[in-house]
Amino acid sequence: MNIKKTAMAGTLESSDVMVTVEPGQNGIELSLSSPVIHQYGRAIKQTVMDTMNRLEVDHAKVTIVDHGALDCTLKARLECAVYRSNEQTEDIPWGKGL
Amino acid sequence: MGKGAVMKVDPRKNRLRRTMMFASTQRPNLIRDPYLFAPDSLIFDLEDAVAENQKDAARFSLYHAVQSLDYHGLEKLVRINALDTPHWQEDVRVCVAAGVDGIRIAKCDTADNVRTIDEAVTAAETEFGREPGSTLLMAALESPLAVLNAYEICKASPRMFGIALSGGDFRRCMHTTGAGGGVDMQTARGLMVLSARAAGLQCFDTVYTNLDDLEGFAKETQLIKDMGFDGKSIVNPRQIKIVHDLFTPSRKEIEEAERVVIAIRENAEKGIGIFQLDGKMLDIAFMEGAERTLALAKASGVYKGDL
Repeated sequence: MNIKKTAMAGTLESSDVMVTVEPGQNGIELSLSSPVIHQYGRAIKQTVMDTMNRLEVDHAKVTIVDHGALDCTLKARLECAVYRSNEQTEDIPWGKGL
Repeated sequence: MGKGAVMKVDPRKNRLRRTMMFASTQRPNLIRDPYLFAPDSLIFDLEDAVAENQKDAARFSLYHAVQSLDYHGLEKLVRINALDTPHWQEDVRVCVAAGVDGIRIAKCDTADNVRTIDEAVTAAETEFGREPGSTLLMAALESPLAVLNAYEICKASPRMFGIALSGGDFRRCMHTTGAGGGVDMQTARGLMVLSARAAGLQCFDTVYTNLDDLEGFAKETQLIKDMGFDGKSIVNPRQIKIVHDLFTPSRKEIEEAERVVIAIRENAEKGIGIFQLDGKMLDIAFMEGAERTLALAKASGVYKGDL
């Protein structure tokens, strides 16, 4: 998938994560802030890369503002943001690329 | 024995559902934590608890939570958006893809509404490779029309396991406020529990939204139990214990049920159909009720006997 326009998903509440995706040209450019960055920074980065890989997003600027989200929440917010950048809210390929 | 013999039909349809607690899918902590309060069923809400512009996000959250979190054996149901919204088709797809136990149809007015959802579920089970018929359905009746159609709604699909009254919308339709202490819902409750029993399904009462009035909540719960309901929709974890305590058979009730079952069996062997026990007349008609008490006690974890 391509990132067609800037899109966001998530909130700044506790246990949530705010994800912003923007069009890019230099692979996946990740900007990450998290209260647990020392402990989980690497794991968060891995989830972002895996998710973008599964969605076949080659180029994107991804900004993550984490407030202690679980891995499943991070995946959900990333996917939602990517699909929103394509203005797609239906016919999601559940269980395949997700 | 009559065909109403509980626990002997489809065990998934007749599981213990004293409490069904709503959990919003909009906020991650509300998806993650509610199993801690140990209701019998969880209802992940894609409908009213989710803002109109967050419906898509809620579905992604639901999908990944159900796929990756451990809900410790609680039943996982999802309340989907009503048929007059643009959301319900995708709601059905994500529910089936994620593999939830069942779907609660919001604002179900007619048997045709159930059949429409049933067809969408069947298509989704094929699309996502789920066992045909594995996704159960229940319907929330929220209008006078829905209540009058209760029996037809119950019979509209073999996936149906129950109907639930939704008091807020029902009262809006009836032009009442609840100030009468429930008299405005009396007929609806009676018709619904009759319809559900006639169809062999379960019946659930509406939520009680005055969260600080636990006494009023207990009174309403006792009322619906006495009417024959199987359980209640719950919005606050504090309400769960009250329902479970009222719906779980007491030690005395369990002992009485044991004595009835044993006495009916023994007399049947001796060729006696009708007899007295503790001054009460008993015959085979009392067997099913006693067995149901023991089954409920077993499912609630307070009876380990083998009757």
